[in-house]
Amino acid sequence: MSKILIVAEHQGGKLNAATAKCVHCASQISGAEIHIAVFASDPAAVAADAARLAGVSKVITVANPQHANPMAACIAPQLAELAQGYSHVFGPSTTFGKDLMPRVAALLDAPQASDIMAVESATRFRRPIYAGNAIITVEVTPGTQLVATVRTASFDAAQTSTSAAAIEGASPSATLPQHTRFVSVSAARSDRPDLQTAKKVVSGGRALASADNFKILYQLADRMGAAVGASRAAVDAGYAPNDMQVGQTGKIIAPELYMAFGISGAIQHLTGIKDARTIVAINKDPEAPIFEVADYGLVGDLFHVVPELEKLIASNG
Amino acid sequence: MKRILVSIKRVVDYNVRIRVKPDGTGVITDGVKMSVNPFDEIALEEALRIKEKGLAEEIVAVSIGPADCQQQLRTALAMGADRAVHVQTDAAIEPGSAAKLMLKLIEREQPMLAILGKQAIDDDCNQTGQMLAALWGRPQATFASKVEISGDKAQVTREVDAGLEVLEVDLPAVITTDLRLNEPRYVKLPDIMKAKKKPLETVEPSALGVSPVERLKAVKFDPPSQRSKGVMVKDVGELFTALRGKGLV
Ligand SMILES: Cc1cc2nc3c(=O)[nH]c(=O)nc-3n(C[C@H](O)[C@H](O)[C@H](O)COP(=O)(O)OP(=O)(O)OC[C@H]3O[C@@H](n4cnc5c(N)ncnc54)[C@H](O)[C@@H]3O)c2cc1C
Ligand SMILES: Nc1ncnc2c1ncn2[C@@H]1O[C@H](COP(=O)(O)O)[C@@H](O)[C@H]1O
Repeated sequence: MSKILIVAEHQGGKLNAATAKCVHCASQISGAEIHIAVFASDPAAVAADAARLAGVSKVITVANPQHANPMAACIAPQLAELAQGYSHVFGPSTTFGKDLMPRVAALLDAPQASDIMAVESATRFRRPIYAGNAIITVEVTPGTQLVATVRTASFDAAQTSTSAAAIEGASPSATLPQHTRFVSVSAARSDRPDLQTAKKVVSGGRALASADNFKILYQLADRMGAAVGASRAAVDAGYAPNDMQVGQTGKIIAPELYMAFGISGAIQHLTGIKDARTIVAINKDPEAPIFEVADYGLVGDLFHVVPELEKLIASNG
Repeated sequence: MKRILVSIKRVVDYNVRIRVKPDGTGVITDGVKMSVNPFDEIALEEALRIKEKGLAEEIVAVSIGPADCQQQLRTALAMGADRAVHVQTDAAIEPGSAAKLMLKLIEREQPMLAILGKQAIDDDCNQTGQMLAALWGRPQATFASKVEISGDKAQVTREVDAGLEVLEVDLPAVITTDLRLNEPRYVKLPDIMKAKKKPLETVEPSALGVSPVERLKAVKFDPPSQRSKGVMVKDVGELFTALRGKGLV
């Protein structure tokens, strides 16, 4: 039988939505027993959230002030210790999970499947390769412990249930290394919806031509209640911060609405948005590849389209 | 000697349009342009800059794979690596095996830093650097967009979902590169000539005491599901109406 340990991701005492998606992914392995591990300085609130996710039968907490800012080098040896006896160890395919899980896999001498997008059985999974240009089905020999990251855009969040799972404290014996020290993290700066969970995303490319011009997208986004994304070209040029990058090496998102303004549609960008329900593209080049995947395309100058659209939304509020 | 180990993976060039073989056994690589993994070029560029600042003395480029990998190692030598090690094998190399092989080279070379790409753009695994750091028992600073070495420490800015995180790590350590760490230099013709004379050593995995195993077997390859092409609207009004109709604005 499958026994799955999922590492919780959390910020500011709240469980991150990615964890519930991992639970949903794990619950597709039939008969799986699902546990969640929470590493935090004070895990109580996060553990309480985790315990209410449907399908979870136990939450294991590891309280340690050193886990206030999660670092892979510190969590990995403790998670590897807790993972003894589990058939699968899952984490989200966020920068937190991508950083941590391979370190755990190496300590367990287990193989890792990255970005699983579909579960075929307890030993068989599908994942994208070549920036999503091919999908590979991989299989481990039954009995081999498997570490995996879950492509969160491929799974809905697990429901919350009315009954709560048991919460247990654990004190792994692995000592935390001192060779890695947290210095700082840039604070999230806006009250706009989070890019990874937003229902609507408005995104800008190189065509925006300056950080200042991005303001027109922020305005439109605020009008729509949308998050703002960007192409790599826009981030590289300094028009938008790195955490707004969407694509193969940025965030993989699945909003209900994705609007691309002045983005050509390079394959590395498209791989980040292909699970969006509705894609809208605005580009002045009718040949732009983004139109191949857009549900609605408009050939035009974004500097006219954005304000006009915002006006229409405002006046039809 | 203050040494930096840089890994160089040979991958299908990022501009190539990938096609899955009709029989589902892989992707078409015959006659396709191959290049250094873009993240590995960035890794090498960073090593070169550290050396140019006088903070390192030698850069060793490592590639694991079939004989053809030597082309990419020659590119690395032309860019400025001092010597290259080719771990020659036709076996499938998973990140776990790559990390074990690199660890053996690390034990031999005793570098102050190992710089790897954050991910290979063929398998998109994003695992090898983290695995190497674990096996080596050393710090990892992944997805780096800025690296500052001072003495026996490095301060690394990392691109994370929340924005930018800064870690301080003791050396030796593993760093994996993100796209904005630097812009790799172009190789000049005279450098390509010079690179031909630089040492390129070949070793077999067995000589390093590692036998690569494939623990995640590829069962089949499929093309991704295609989105169907939608409609073109003629103006903003029509776009607004369409989106309003779907309750999206
Ligand atoms: C290893 C690797 C990883 C990568 N990862 C990512 C990633 O994660 N995300 C990502 O986005 N990219 C990624 N890229 C880069 C990608 O290949 C493209 O270079 C990038 O997406 C291009 O960004 P862009 O569409 O904004 O710019 P461009 O390709 O320059 O397109 C700009 C578009 O704007 C249009 N335009 C210009 N002016 C106007 C106007 N006034 N109104 C309307 N339209 C206008 C133009 O017609 C053009 O189509 C990666 C590349 C590599 C090699
Ligand atoms: N066969 C290989 N040869 C050289 N470097 C490799 C190899 N496999 C992985 N790497 C390095 O590890 C990084 C991450 O690869 P991956 O974990 O496969 O995404 C790459 O950018 C390379 O720097």
